[in-house]
Amino acid sequence: MAFTPRIGVYICHCGINISASVDIEAVTAFAASLPAVIIARDYTYMCSDPGQALIKEDIEQLKLNRVVVASCSPRMHEPTFRAAVASAGLNPYCFEMANIREQCSWVHPGSEATTQKAMDLIASAVAKAAHLQPLITRQVEVSPSALVIGGGIAGLQAALDIAEAGFQVTLVERAEQPGGHAAQLHTTFPYMQPARELLRPLMERVDAHPRIEVMLSAEVEEIKGFVGNFEASVRQSEEMRTVSAGSIVIATGFEVFDAHIKKEFGYGLYPQVITTLDFELLSAQNLQVNGHSPRKVVFIQCVGSRDQSLGNPYCSRVCCMVAARQAKWVRQRLPEAEVTIFYMDVRAFGKGFEEFYDQVRTCGVIYRRGNPSEILRQGEHLLVRAEDTLLGEVVEVEADLVVLALGMVPRQDSAALASLLKLSRSADGFFMEAHPKLRPVDTSVAGVFLAGCCQGPKDIADSISQARGAAAAAMIPLLRGQVQVEAATAYVEEELCAGCGQCAQVCTYGALRLHPVRNVMTVNQVLCQGCGACASACPSGAVTVSHFTFTQTMAQLEVLLNGSNHQRKQELLPTASLMAK
Amino acid sequence: MLQIESRQFATTHNLFACIQCGKCTGGCPMAVKTTLNPRNLIYRLLVAGNGYDLEGREELWDCTTCATCSSRCPKLVNPMEAVIALRGAFVEKGRVHPNVKTALESTFRHGNPLSMPREERVRWASDLSIKPFGEGVEYLFFVGCTPSYDPRVQQVARSLVKLVQHANLDFGFLAEEESCCGSEIRRLGEAGLFEMIVEENQEMLKAMSVDKMFTTSPHCFNAFKNDYPQNGVQVEHYTQLLSRALENGWLKFSGRFEKTVTFHDPCYLGKHNGIYDEPRQVLTGIPGLKLVEMDRSREKSLCCEGGGGRMWLEGSNPGTRLARWRIQEALDTGAQVLATACPFCLLTLEEALKHQNAEDKLRVMDIAEIADQVL
Amino acid sequence: MSTYDLPNRLEPAALVIGGGIAGIQAALDIADGGFQVTLVERSASIGGRMAQLDKTFPTLDCSSCILTPKMVDVSRHPNIQLLTYSEVAKVSGQMGDFQVQIRRKPRYVDESKCRGCGLCAEACRLNGRVRGDPLTEFNAGIAKRAAIYVPFPQAVPLIYTVDPEACVYLTRGVCGKTFKCQEACTAGAIDFTQSEQLIEVNVSTIVIATGYDVFDARRKPEFGYGVYPQVITTLEFERLASASGPTAGKIRLNEHQPEKLVFIQCVGSRDLSIDLPNCSRVCCMAVAKQAHLAHDRLPGAEITVLYMDIRAFGKGFEEFYDRVRHEGVLYRRGNPSEIIRRGENLVVRAEDTLLGELVEIEADLVVLAVGMQPRREADGFAQAIKLARGEDGYFLEQHPKLQTVESSLPGVFLAGCCQGPKDIPDTVAHAKAAASAALISLAKMRGEPAILVGIGASYATN
Repeated sequence: MAFTPRIGVYICHCGINISASVDIEAVTAFAASLPAVIIARDYTYMCSDPGQALIKEDIEQLKLNRVVVASCSPRMHEPTFRAAVASAGLNPYCFEMANIREQCSWVHPGSEATTQKAMDLIASAVAKAAHLQPLITRQVEVSPSALVIGGGIAGLQAALDIAEAGFQVTLVERAEQPGGHAAQLHTTFPYMQPARELLRPLMERVDAHPRIEVMLSAEVEEIKGFVGNFEASVRQSEEMRTVSAGSIVIATGFEVFDAHIKKEFGYGLYPQVITTLDFELLSAQNLQVNGHSPRKVVFIQCVGSRDQSLGNPYCSRVCCMVAARQAKWVRQRLPEAEVTIFYMDVRAFGKGFEEFYDQVRTCGVIYRRGNPSEILRQGEHLLVRAEDTLLGEVVEVEADLVVLALGMVPRQDSAALASLLKLSRSADGFFMEAHPKLRPVDTSVAGVFLAGCCQGPKDIADSISQARGAAAAAMIPLLRGQVQVEAATAYVEEELCAGCGQCAQVCTYGALRLHPVRNVMTVNQVLCQGCGACASACPSGAVTVSHFTFTQTMAQLEVLLNGSNHQRKQELLPTASLMAK
Repeated sequence: MLQIESRQFATTHNLFACIQCGKCTGGCPMAVKTTLNPRNLIYRLLVAGNGYDLEGREELWDCTTCATCSSRCPKLVNPMEAVIALRGAFVEKGRVHPNVKTALESTFRHGNPLSMPREERVRWASDLSIKPFGEGVEYLFFVGCTPSYDPRVQQVARSLVKLVQHANLDFGFLAEEESCCGSEIRRLGEAGLFEMIVEENQEMLKAMSVDKMFTTSPHCFNAFKNDYPQNGVQVEHYTQLLSRALENGWLKFSGRFEKTVTFHDPCYLGKHNGIYDEPRQVLTGIPGLKLVEMDRSREKSLCCEGGGGRMWLEGSNPGTRLARWRIQEALDTGAQVLATACPFCLLTLEEALKHQNAEDKLRVMDIAEIADQVL
Repeated sequence: MSTYDLPNRLEPAALVIGGGIAGIQAALDIADGGFQVTLVERSASIGGRMAQLDKTFPTLDCSSCILTPKMVDVSRHPNIQLLTYSEVAKVSGQMGDFQVQIRRKPRYVDESKCRGCGLCAEACRLNGRVRGDPLTEFNAGIAKRAAIYVPFPQAVPLIYTVDPEACVYLTRGVCGKTFKCQEACTAGAIDFTQSEQLIEVNVSTIVIATGYDVFDARRKPEFGYGVYPQVITTLEFERLASASGPTAGKIRLNEHQPEKLVFIQCVGSRDLSIDLPNCSRVCCMAVAKQAHLAHDRLPGAEITVLYMDIRAFGKGFEEFYDRVRHEGVLYRRGNPSEIIRRGENLVVRAEDTLLGELVEIEADLVVLAVGMQPRREADGFAQAIKLARGEDGYFLEQHPKLQTVESSLPGVFLAGCCQGPKDIPDTVAHAKAAASAALISLAKMRGEPAILVGIGASYATN
């Protein structure tokens, strides 16, 4: 029996996000008039429970076999609606989405043309829907192990959590010792607890854990595979090893801003100018400068942060409290010393931070609002020149020790790691999470998660909680034992394939290879991510990507370029369509 | 040069807790008209290193000690107390306005800052048959200097006595033995004299076995309640006593007061002590009286500029007194009577009313006077 | 340390208390890990505070758009048992074996029959007359509903609930001759004979995600909240700006389009005078976002933000703050002292600390950035199960840096703002961290012979 498409079209108002600039009523009426469309409906939020219920009811009662939702980007809600149609018994790939929000209502003012564009996009989606084919999603077994890259406090914590949940973990650390930046700290706030006391139990537990293997002085050189079955090549001294992992946690951390770049502060020129990191070492030696205890100490906040002139527009999140802790330490050890902190805003935001800031001020630290402009020499001492913005006066504060509160910057090698794993980076250079609000530990690559400062500056507490969040995400596929594989992958029509191999050259996932006997190309369905590069490279049209077939795509284009005959009969519609313009 | 040890001062007065948010200055009623800026003052003390020169800081005398700054500070700094302490530096050097000098000397000699002889302290009460306080008497009525001597405020004291007598409360007073509570002395920065006054008054209270007392003035009330060391004496402002008397039915009004009334919260009742409801309870308990509120009422009440020694000082601003703005605010409500419960407020507001030539539209009365009319 | 085996245990399961974004995330992660989860939410729908927000910065995604899918995921997850309009009544036992009694409050609506059509609410005598508590109501008290309601149209589950505080029948014992709602309901779901039910669940581990209370701005009388209608809170502003809110996203106050807006930061935060010393962590960016929305939707409006310190600390925050200033929002440094009335408008009195001058800023809309505070009920709850709280009133973690999800009780974990103020991404990360801790203990119980670390005696409420 020939297949007859029975299509339902559902148009979302998205509150007023779409309905404010698109005439929903007209679009719904138009959709209802399209070929093979059985029903067209609109609703405030299609993604909500009642919205989804509408679709499910129609599938059951009107025997729909294809569904189109016109709403937001498929990145947002394709999984939602696929799940909805699946729960009504339809194959999830018999669903198509028209993006009339990001690509229409949000970027155009309310007008007839905007409504027209929404109609075009829907007509195009309907045209494709008529040609959609059901696809089968498959499960693959997961390697019950994880790879953690980076042995700082975030990496250690993530490794420990995953191992505790019962899985083998390989922790790869580039340095000779684990511990990362936290190991360089002298004390931690608010309890002024020595950092090594904080780190030691963690490092000992990792060391002693039967399921964690720590590879020091080691680097990941290559990563192949996909969620559930990654294979990493790790170089340790001269040896190469292959580590298999079901999921990967990246915890490569940050670099400290190089204070030499801020010439006006004379770091490297004046011995009395040090950084907050230097201070940690000095305080371990009881804070002596040239054999003397400093008497006038000035801290300068935001060195390398909140500074567009350096291309670092972001806040480094930790420096306010680091400087506060160090200032308090000076006041406690050297009660005679005058301690001044120059700041723009004091960002004491975390649990107990404001309370600590209160303590630091009341122990006699003077906070002056102003971003110092330069440091000059005056005899034995230095002069910090700044506008005190609360006085509205230029002040010169004498100092025999100036501490620059250094910010964090992305690691220089993060671009290399990003390309190794095909990760995105955000404008600030740190790794980009899948969604800034709701998916802070996920990446755009399934099975790869972010922990700690590689995603952006964080203090220890937040690094730890993000590391554990990443661990939770990483252990879920391991706990389940299997993962779903993308169904919309490439396939080769062997009778058309000449085995020229052009497709394999463009494939970034290594999914295509020549069949040794049949002399045609074959696709590894598990490695293939369905990107479509091969299909466009093939000179004979032998490679097709499921769900984006030639027929489906051409049907879409035809509607957009020429308009369907049906559509043109609607007298109210102008002839110009968007793509033709 | 009027050098103070600013670092020590800042530590003692908890100025390091300040985060320079400006909440104090933003609400300071005097900052609008003068150069007084508590936030800036604190900052200058903080960044001054070890010494700060107060020379030229005449605006310190502008502070009315209304407590707006201290009641709102999110970091529990008390700029008002810092100002009072800085005044002390002037006083120590004898660098004070002649009027202040007179007030201080008079208090030292005559037990009142008004340069009035001690014998005349009871003249206002000669026909009221108030018994002297003694063993077994329930309440000590602490009259206060202004109600004792100022002819206008004497009327308040007289009304108050009638009310308390009507309520059949057992009370007595100290007559000529009563001496200034020292509230304004302390706020003028004369800490030494204040200490002396406290010592004497404490001894007197102890010798007389005073358990409970009430005052006419919120300033006296506040001094005994908050400035004196804990002495076991339960002190009340008279509005608290009257409100309780009404509630318990000891006090009943037979007349009516068919007028619209608005209430000016005295700073030393409201902002200093959080007493907002009791004066209003007395007013709303008066038959016929309609209470309307000014926009700035309760926690937001505008100071009349009579506190902090400002009764004897013009400070650095001879311009419009806040009381005149206050009169305008009262007129805006359409009220016929502006009620208050503080001798200083009564005097400053009444003077401002005369200035405004609005005596045909508005009257300034003490709550006690209104209540007295409906007995 | 004592270890012992548990006899014939069922599959280990978890209890998550609280259905805001933290509870949702923790429940989803634990359930995705293959364990049974019971999610208990006190109000009629899950979604929590995040559902009340209009947009979330810096991407300006609409909050419902990103949250509703997660809510729907919870409701259809095969491993999650969702109990809304329910409260934990009693917890006893210990890590690995908690007995939890859950009180299911009567909805007076049969959950199995209600289709969420809303005919009952339309018929209700009080339709359009019930305002609700501004601190807890979904629309922050700026809209009115019926006595039978769903908190918001995208509620999960979409089941109506009779408000026992408002319903004429439940408060006065009579609602005319017949029940309007019952007559209107075609599904026969309204059932006034319902009563409270207690059910018991047995779980191995508990995640607490009970969130926070919004500061009651009436505690700062100098700002006149509750006296001046032009003074609103950031939460009310969210509902005003929200497309699904009572004004359909138009920022209007009694039909009036505001032209002079003043935002005031730190209302109920960093304030020792009201015993709320901590920074609430989210208000700076909430205001930045709202100022942006106001700029976007009220062309030509003058927008001023009064602040003490701008705490734009998170990823993309400073950049967003840069953008908002660039758009023309005026940031003035000063913590305003009071708001007074002048004619039709209000005047915000502050010292601009950078000018060193007292300024009076005229406003026809003042938005107070209200902070977070610990749940009022936290005290009772904490005492009942002997859970430690910090000086700030939030639940106390084992270690402020290393163990922020471990509570003072073994097997009981903290997620989100019940441990201290957090923004959405930090809450999600924290909730996932709590899920990790819970998953570890669940996996241990499943995978190996169950091992219990010796802990104190059992703790129980009542």
